[in-house]
Amino acid sequence: MNDFYDVVVIGGGPAGLAAALSARRHGAGRVLIVERDRELGGILQQCIHVGFGLHRFREELTGPGYANRYLRMLADTTGIETMIDTMVISLTADRQVTVVGPAVGLRTVRGGAVVLAMGCRERTRGAIRIPGSRPAGVFTAGAAQRMVNMEGYLPGREVVILGSGDIGLIMARRLTLEGCRVPAVLEIMPVSNGLTRNIVQCLDDFGIPLYLSHTVVAIRGQDRVTGVTVARVDDALRPVAGSQFDLACDCLLLSVGLIPEVELAREVNLTLDGRTSGPVVDNRRQTSLPGFFAAGNVVHVHDLVDFVSEEGEIAGRWAAVFAAGGMGGEARSADVLPGEKVRSVVPQKYVGDGDHTGQCRFYLRVSQPLGRCRVTISDRTGRRLASKRLPVAKPSEMIEIDVQHSAIEIEKGPLTVAAEGV
Amino acid sequence: MDRQHKITCVVCPRSCVGTIAADGDGIKSVSGFLCKRGEEYGRAEVTSPTRMLTTTVRINRAILPLLPVVSSRPLPRDMLLTCARHLAAVRVEAPVREGDVIVKNILGLGVDIVAARDMTVYEGARFD
Repeated sequence: MNDFYDVVVIGGGPAGLAAALSARRHGAGRVLIVERDRELGGILQQCIHVGFGLHRFREELTGPGYANRYLRMLADTTGIETMIDTMVISLTADRQVTVVGPAVGLRTVRGGAVVLAMGCRERTRGAIRIPGSRPAGVFTAGAAQRMVNMEGYLPGREVVILGSGDIGLIMARRLTLEGCRVPAVLEIMPVSNGLTRNIVQCLDDFGIPLYLSHTVVAIRGQDRVTGVTVARVDDALRPVAGSQFDLACDCLLLSVGLIPEVELAREVNLTLDGRTSGPVVDNRRQTSLPGFFAAGNVVHVHDLVDFVSEEGEIAGRWAAVFAAGGMGGEARSADVLPGEKVRSVVPQKYVGDGDHTGQCRFYLRVSQPLGRCRVTISDRTGRRLASKRLPVAKPSEMIEIDVQHSAIEIEKGPLTVAAEGV
Repeated sequence: MDRQHKITCVVCPRSCVGTIAADGDGIKSVSGFLCKRGEEYGRAEVTSPTRMLTTTVRINRAILPLLPVVSSRPLPRDMLLTCARHLAAVRVEAPVREGDVIVKNILGLGVDIVAARDMTVYEGARFD
């Protein structure tokens, strides 16, 4: 049994699928995808709503529909092996990947390059420290989404949702369509960070109230949730005395944020970015350890799967180049820094492109809501390399800005990405 | 009877809030939208709002007990819940291909409900 693969991709979601196909297209002879679920497609398979693929396929697909596009491409491609129902249990710096699963047993494979595409995880009750008893019926919204859309169970009948991110909003509609009652969606911040479209189509359409500046201060119930105590919060997000009220429910869903899944990245000591919580990557999506690449929500939590696929393609391409021994240029690099009013930017390093043609895309999030504004990227000399005007910018909506490779001079780094009102 | 409708546009991230005045005979005035598409969206929201429907139906002999389905075109907004409850009682057999019609002309609304993904026959199916 030959246990060497040119490129080993960890994760068979949108980032991993795009990376594997791209690696193969760019010359990797033997590619392996390791996926812990029983099917490929990742989180797309549970996101049954529409809205995927507008950039990539110019149509509005469902999540499973978007995944199906890639699964068909995979079926038409030779040289990509998949291991499903298989978990990576360890990773070493010399690219040995140990996997375990019912079909493969315990096995160690070696990669000429490794692409990390493990996606992200949900923040939990522990992460936001809700007091109260610990009854059954408290779930993260994404876990409930999988139960409802894939496994055929309802998490409860009367469901309060804490957090108005898009997953929480979409679950409010989904549960209503399944015959549940959603008495409230609660948001601790004074604004929702969900898309306006989701506020309108998931809450307003069904008369579900959204309580801004409110949070859960206690979960009630012994064996099963019987209700939650809700309070208004002040500007410092502290509950206001006397503002409490009770909501009866048998289920509480938490939609309180996503964080990159970096357990394996830690195992090989990759440098992490404190702002994105994912590994630091350069514009080729190579991490701090040569031969290890990363793409998708493990790098930074995206809003659109289209850009996850795009990032997967970049990582897969350069992983193939690395595996073939053709990588160069990492010795010279420029850091890419978040400047004024910018919270995070990816990639965090720029090393140039092999042929230095075309453009490099940077993704950023602003640190505060802005109206009409301009996003710029400049080098150390203050020279502006690219600029983009936007009618509005929100921290919850990722912004992309493209820069011509030919415009960037690495020795004039670091590059700074900034936003300003205009 | 004149009525003022406040409509939040969802066409782009600008999220304009427009005002539409209407009476029994139709729309009298539209204001507050910054573009033509927004204005059209606002008019449709007052006269005949529509939405895509996505839900699941039961499936036998597949790797999962549920098949995601999607409406072939947008449905009248006030029929979404009725259609979803109707589909809750539907059961199909694997194999299914994405785009296969699962329910033709649902509730006589002129819209089909189609499979959102492929589902092959799975030998180890646990949920028959």
